[in-house]
Amino acid sequence: MKAVTFALRSFGRELRSGEVLVLLAAVALAVAALTAVGFLTDRIGKAVARQANEVLAADLRLRSQEPIPDALSDKAAEFDLQTAETNTFPSVVFAGDLSALATIKAVSSSYPLRGNVRVADTLFGEQRVATGVPPRGETWADGALLARVEADVGDRIMVGELELLVTAVLTYRPDQSIGFASLAPSLLMNIEDIPETGLIGEGSRVGYALLVAGDEAAVSAFNDAVETDETSLLRVSNREESSDRANNAADRAQRFLSLTAVISLLLSAVAVAMSARRFAHRRMDTVALMKSLGATQRFVISVSLVQLMLLGALGIIAGSVVGFAAEETLSWILSDLIASDLPGVGPMPVILGSGSALVLLAGFALPSLIQLRNTPPLRVLRHDVMPPAPSRILVAGLSLVAVAALLYRSVGDARMLVILLGGIVIIAAALYWVGRALVASMGRFRSGVGVAWRYGLANVARRGRDSAVQVVAFGLGLTVLLLLTIVRTDLLQGWRQTLDESAPNHFMINIQPHELESVASIYAADGIEVPEFVPLVRARMATINGVSVKEREYPDPGGQWMATREANLSFAARLSSSNEIVDGEWWPEDYAGPPLVSVEEEAAVETGLVVGDKMTFVIAGRELEVTIASIRKINWDSFQPNFFMVFSPGALDGMPTTYISSLRIEKEQQPVLIKLVRAHPSISVIDLDSILQQIRGIIEKASLAVQAVFVFTLAAGIAVLFAAVQSTIDERRFESAMLRALGARKRTVFSGVMAEFAALGAAAGILASVGASILAAIIAAQLFDLPYEFNPLIWIVGVAAGVLVVCASGFVAARGAVNAPPVDVLRAA
Amino acid sequence: MTNNVSGNAAVLAAHDISKEVSSPEGSLTILADVSFSIAAGATVAVVGPSGAGKSTLLALLAGLDLPTRGHVVLNGANLGELDEDGRARVRAESVGFVFQSFHLVPSLNALENVMLPLELAGAGDARKVSLDIIEKVGLRDRWRHYPAQLSGGEKQRVAIARAFATEPAVLFADEPTGNLDSRTGGTIMELMFELNRSSSTTLILVTHDHSLAERCDRLLSLDTGRLVNDSKASP
Repeated sequence: MKAVTFALRSFGRELRSGEVLVLLAAVALAVAALTAVGFLTDRIGKAVARQANEVLAADLRLRSQEPIPDALSDKAAEFDLQTAETNTFPSVVFAGDLSALATIKAVSSSYPLRGNVRVADTLFGEQRVATGVPPRGETWADGALLARVEADVGDRIMVGELELLVTAVLTYRPDQSIGFASLAPSLLMNIEDIPETGLIGEGSRVGYALLVAGDEAAVSAFNDAVETDETSLLRVSNREESSDRANNAADRAQRFLSLTAVISLLLSAVAVAMSARRFAHRRMDTVALMKSLGATQRFVISVSLVQLMLLGALGIIAGSVVGFAAEETLSWILSDLIASDLPGVGPMPVILGSGSALVLLAGFALPSLIQLRNTPPLRVLRHDVMPPAPSRILVAGLSLVAVAALLYRSVGDARMLVILLGGIVIIAAALYWVGRALVASMGRFRSGVGVAWRYGLANVARRGRDSAVQVVAFGLGLTVLLLLTIVRTDLLQGWRQTLDESAPNHFMINIQPHELESVASIYAADGIEVPEFVPLVRARMATINGVSVKEREYPDPGGQWMATREANLSFAARLSSSNEIVDGEWWPEDYAGPPLVSVEEEAAVETGLVVGDKMTFVIAGRELEVTIASIRKINWDSFQPNFFMVFSPGALDGMPTTYISSLRIEKEQQPVLIKLVRAHPSISVIDLDSILQQIRGIIEKASLAVQAVFVFTLAAGIAVLFAAVQSTIDERRFESAMLRALGARKRTVFSGVMAEFAALGAAAGILASVGASILAAIIAAQLFDLPYEFNPLIWIVGVAAGVLVVCASGFVAARGAVNAPPVDVLRAA
Repeated sequence: MTNNVSGNAAVLAAHDISKEVSSPEGSLTILADVSFSIAAGATVAVVGPSGAGKSTLLALLAGLDLPTRGHVVLNGANLGELDEDGRARVRAESVGFVFQSFHLVPSLNALENVMLPLELAGAGDARKVSLDIIEKVGLRDRWRHYPAQLSGGEKQRVAIARAFATEPAVLFADEPTGNLDSRTGGTIMELMFELNRSSSTTLILVTHDHSLAERCDRLLSLDTGRLVNDSKASP
């Protein structure tokens, strides 16, 4: 009890003296990084989970590209299940002269079976749960859609040939796309109005769905009953399946962000270790005194532990607050990317952040405090007497165990953990030696510079070990920021440059065979080159080499998705200019033999397909067997219509076919598109420019969010710097006093200290520039398949930022030492 | 070497203590075969030139360090037979310190500094006892102040109050006036002797100051680690 009272009493004072602030900041920073990322991923996870449950707006969804036979809804009724029907398709809607692409969702009166539709009475108005579905003649439209056609509630808009009255703003429907907002805003209308729109014809790109909900056992029985019917185009989705992919994406994002947080955490750990060493060192005199006054080791260690826990608690509180604020900011940045009204956060991130902080303190601060216990009381008489250094094995062991414990959550598997730990140890050692080499090379310039610089560089060299740690910690923070700012811009620009000026910027889909001639003449009349029309046949893969695609084992999960999803097939006599055969052979132009297919390379690898394999496809209820003749590589950047599966000529004759096409339409030529969609309302024109714009916007925002997380990394780097400067503050105070006693002006001493920080900052900047350049080249080659052009700006910005930030933080940290009156310092020594 | 062991009432006794340390030049003897015994209530000055081993002797007598050979008996306890915590307990019960550089805990105020040894020894009325003694050393109005807010003389008063607070059997003072000007040093010493008289504490004073040493009952002179003179101080 005594120890607790004493610890509490002196802690407040120590806190006020600022001595423990860096240690506190390091702990808070680690907690903040972890909770911010934790909060964010927790929210994303919850949003995904909620949507996964609602995403079907039902317990079971049966989808088809053809109208769903009534027999199925009758069957559902037999199982005592509720049903609803939906039709979904893209179409351009008009309001006056303005038009926009929309996702039309036509629903029957019982929609949705699960979840709620939410609407607002005005644009950006208060949202409420909608009752029922839009009555005939009315529609609820997404705010973004209304904005694009400059319409509001009460206006009329044209969907195909039908005029609908907008009676509400659609703010949410349960089966809207997951996570990132869908590119074409949606419009909800009554399914009974569909025939009057004239938009649905044979081969139209319509998704028909039958929604089913009810008692769990009945749903499952119904599921089994319909799933055995493999030959139909029917695709059955249940909750687990639909949430899988979404969860995968969320999981990956979560891991990535967690790893980012871990980097900040590791840097904070370095700062914690450094400032704990200083903390312990500062307390040695007090401990020696207490021991001389009769304090036992137990008392000493109890006091240290209580203070450490107090520190941890304060750090956790401060860190959680900062983390929460950061998360709020991040979700605000991302608010229009992640579906609206994210669910509230749970206490989990705080618990995890707090736990991690305690592990951090135990692993990195405890050794110094344990050492404190052994301070000889003799130190009250002889100041040079030190406790024996803590065992290296204990220090290394504790910190390694702590890091392993902290990493385990992000990695989640023992083997990966060992690999990662090994990697961290090796990289840290390598970076440390690079740092030392940089520091050593700085020392070489000593002879050619003035007194301030010589003094500064001498200091860098003398504190070689600490200097190297600072250079590396700070360099790491800078690396990720450089990577995210300059390199990202470079890569985006590089990507844009690969699209040449004549690249198509519009796609047309859903062109019926009988419309081809008319479409061609509309373009010809406006002097636009008539584009090539590429046939498209929708199908479902049924078997591969005689094995059902549902039972087949795939080398990659992507393969299963590839084989079981709706397939878009095309046929061609000649190989497209954006394709290249990598295996097998393309058929002769006049080929007329049994059906052959050419498969895209990545799809073939993931699905495990090779030349000579046989597949069957179900197309409009008919089965077609086809042999793989070749494997193709596609240059997707060409923005030409391309297909995973291209059949030989004649193989798809007689199947329901629509056509797609891509073409370049300049701004001033755009009126032709209005003419086109007015004449052919079922044709959808997709503006790639605006989609690219949107994608760029998404990338910009997402990377802004990631950057915000990386700011923690930089802050952790600065914390290390502060800890390092603080650990030398007594020495600096003495040196400064000495120099000034010897006649140096305050300014000279200060220039020397600044020279030291400038040198450290430059070294960190060099390290960061090299790191960012190498990583950028790897990312460009591995992820974007782009040649990376070295950007000299990285070096300028990297070194400048390094010098600036290190000097600024060094100034703040060391100011007091230089300004201390020499008399006081020398007398106290 | 003069041995002046005065039997029964001894509160502190050194029995042939030696201290050697290893240095790059080999083993170095700091203190060699020192023996004496000090009666309760005595005032003893340990004098000698720099490097004579005064501070080392003080450290050994107080159990802050252990002799290489020989042993120290402090208030009935053979320090050589105790572990570090055991020696700490003996100090908590029977020893007070006044140091040259005061050694106040910077994070505690004057009162809390005085209370510290009392609390370590488990005294129940630490606050009241401390306030009383703070008043005795003339710092009644300043007990709330932190060491950084006190002058050198005031700090040493706090240190003296702390040393006497537990009514120790033995009080060790290591150059208590070394960091003070002569006038302040004088008043501080007056205070120490006065408290010593009123509490019948044994005072062991390490000092360079001959006038100070001469005020003590007994003088132990050290030179290069040996006890060269043990005498009654000249009156």
